[in-house]
Amino acid sequence: MTAGEAPTTEESGLVRRIAKRASLFNLAGLFIAWALVFAFFTWQIGLSFGGRANVETLFRQTTIVGLASLGATFIIVSGGIDLSVGSVVAFVTVVIARVVQAGHSPWVALAAGVAAGALAGLLNGVLITRLKVGAFIVTLGTLGLFRGIATGLANEQKIDAPETWLNEILATLGKSERWRLLPYGVWFTLGLAFLMSWILRRTVFGRHVVAVGSNEHAARLCGVPIDRVKLLVYVIGGITVGLAGLMQFSRLTVGDPTVARGLELDVIAAVVIGGASLSGGQGSIAGTLLGALLLSTIRSGASQMGLPNWVQDIVTGAIIVLSVTLDRFRTRQS
Amino acid sequence: MRGVSKRFGATQALDAVDLDVQQGEVHALLGENGSGKSTLMRVLAGAIPPDEGEMVLDGQPYRPRNPIDARRAGIAMIHQELSLCPDLSVAENVLLGLEDASQGVIRKGRTRQRAQEALARLGYPDLDVDLPVRRLPIAVRQIVEIARSVALGSKVVVLDEPTSSLTQEDAARLFSVVEVLRREGHAIVYISHFLDEIKRIGDRLTVLRDGRSVATRAVTETDADEMVSLMVGRRIDTMYPRSSRTPGEEILRIEGLQGEKRPTRASLSLHRGEVLGIAGLNGSGRTELLRVIFGLDAIRSGRVRVGHHEGAAKPARRWEEGLGLLSEDRKAEGLALGMTIADNLTLTALDRLGRHGTVSPGRQLATGQEWVSRLAVRCQGPTQAVGELSGGNQQKVALARLLFHGVDVLLLDEPTRGIDVGSKEQIYGLIDQAALEGKAVLMVSSYLPELLGVCDRIAVMHKGVLGEAVRVEETDSERIIREATGA
Repeated sequence: MTAGEAPTTEESGLVRRIAKRASLFNLAGLFIAWALVFAFFTWQIGLSFGGRANVETLFRQTTIVGLASLGATFIIVSGGIDLSVGSVVAFVTVVIARVVQAGHSPWVALAAGVAAGALAGLLNGVLITRLKVGAFIVTLGTLGLFRGIATGLANEQKIDAPETWLNEILATLGKSERWRLLPYGVWFTLGLAFLMSWILRRTVFGRHVVAVGSNEHAARLCGVPIDRVKLLVYVIGGITVGLAGLMQFSRLTVGDPTVARGLELDVIAAVVIGGASLSGGQGSIAGTLLGALLLSTIRSGASQMGLPNWVQDIVTGAIIVLSVTLDRFRTRQS
Repeated sequence: MRGVSKRFGATQALDAVDLDVQQGEVHALLGENGSGKSTLMRVLAGAIPPDEGEMVLDGQPYRPRNPIDARRAGIAMIHQELSLCPDLSVAENVLLGLEDASQGVIRKGRTRQRAQEALARLGYPDLDVDLPVRRLPIAVRQIVEIARSVALGSKVVVLDEPTSSLTQEDAARLFSVVEVLRREGHAIVYISHFLDEIKRIGDRLTVLRDGRSVATRAVTETDADEMVSLMVGRRIDTMYPRSSRTPGEEILRIEGLQGEKRPTRASLSLHRGEVLGIAGLNGSGRTELLRVIFGLDAIRSGRVRVGHHEGAAKPARRWEEGLGLLSEDRKAEGLALGMTIADNLTLTALDRLGRHGTVSPGRQLATGQEWVSRLAVRCQGPTQAVGELSGGNQQKVALARLLFHGVDVLLLDEPTRGIDVGSKEQIYGLIDQAALEGKAVLMVSSYLPELLGVCDRIAVMHKGVLGEAVRVEETDSERIIREATGA
């Protein structure tokens, strides 16, 4: 569109309609990409890959990254970043294990885990908004900090906790439970995703998150409370990471201070593949979830094909660069 | 605004400026670059506090502490760099900060409706308010920003050079929007260099010169001649050395040069021993011309020849061909502020300071020492970080880089911007010296007396088109301003 042709004219009606639906096109593209990958592995591996049991497994495997990515989407849309995700997940598993071990009810342990995540997010947010230090540096620091706290709290070893219903949140469904289609943890994640997507699109807070990431200077001029928005975004990020930690604990039944190393990179990859820009302002919850699903499908398919880890790493890396390049190309076109 | 003054360090940016704008009036603010218009508007918008003077808004004393205060009080600034969020929709941008919401949930229908109303009042009832601003052309974005000030109920709307990046048709549409604002009783401050625009839409005008308000006139009672002489109104000093020199062989030639955005058409021929000046308004494409020649921006069409080398080239190649550029943005682009004087000076010619890709610290230091004393750079020594020097001394280091490199053609972009008078005189001396030695200088400046004092010939850039270079004896500042403003 040149400066001369205003989009109020009739000719640009089509362009306009496409532009308006651009995010939908983006999602459709991602979905097609995922469907192609899924079909490829089903063809290679056979129906065992495309079957109900494996699809359930795929969703279960996506849940941890998916949950952490929900909050990370808010953070990245606001123009920030969180590198401490993996460490906070480890910290949360240790907190939950300690609380269960001490004989408290699973509900108390759950609340303690989520609160630990929220506190970690609060610390990130306070450091970023009060010290005026970049989010990258702050969370690079807290990446070490929370891993250290987790290791100390666990006395440098794994903490075994007695089995409770917490371990069934993400467990494989037994025959009698098939009517639920997916484990509770997966349903919960999907529900939370709907809620957060709605918050981002329809509430004042959500639009302020986009405004801050899109043009912080303009947002400040319009009276948007920048620091409060950022702080809240990191707390929300912390809560979803806390929930991811809960799922991690559920799968392992131990508090493990060494778990989830590098998870933050998967999370950032999922958000970026989902259409977010690391410079802020762009990104969607639905895209992020599709991005996370795409990543775990590739990983699971590659390992079921018997491909070694290093091949998976190469493929995953290539997908990240490719998807972002395609996205840049697409935005330049329009 | 009464008797507003502002001082930055040694420069008196504003000196007891008076400005009085009434409701339902388009008040034009005129002045050359650096005359204090932007500073005055930053004071009005609460971005900087005045040292002296007072402001009265609607009979009430007005003392904004920050830009948000100013907005709440009803002052809306529309800058060239618009303050919109490109990822939000038109409607969301219009109501950003005052969302129509219940319990934190945005009332989508009401939001759209209110944005549509504001846009309809400005004559844009059909603009799709759901479109992200990213997808709108610049002219329409400007309207969105004006709609925001309408929705806010602003009393004063300041338009800072609103048409400088618009086409003629878009500018005409903007004028009708300004007309609506005036009819609705807003007070409008209109900053523009284009005198014909001011004649067309302005009611009254105030001229600033060297930080003072020199006159306020009704637009109908003045003409272009008077406006220009009010803006210029000063004598050329005697600080410009210009030795008598004769131009030698041609060393730089460009024909029909066109960049991605600007310049749109530029041709010139530069000879050894010559200083050629380029005048024009900010945004007319002067800087872009130098950047395109130097290979920093892409060439769309046209030819560049440097000596015997023909065609486009990257900056590294241009240095080899004997071309050097002094950036207008000394801090961001011209110098590496954290590095030492010696490092900055030798950056383009490190291969001369050692063998097999090594750099000898001793030779680098000696070179630094030599040039520091040659140019009388005031510093603790060649190992001091450039960022710690004053602007004038920084600029001397930046210029010394070109001289040390031994370039034949110096492309100088605003070589004396923001530096003290003493350093200015020295830089004029260095330019004269370079020309005497048979180098060629192509110099962009917004300060006319300087161009008239230093150059042999001057060409004027207007909206991307470079005019014919004229011998300096055959032109004067009025003629240049006329050409630059298209009057």
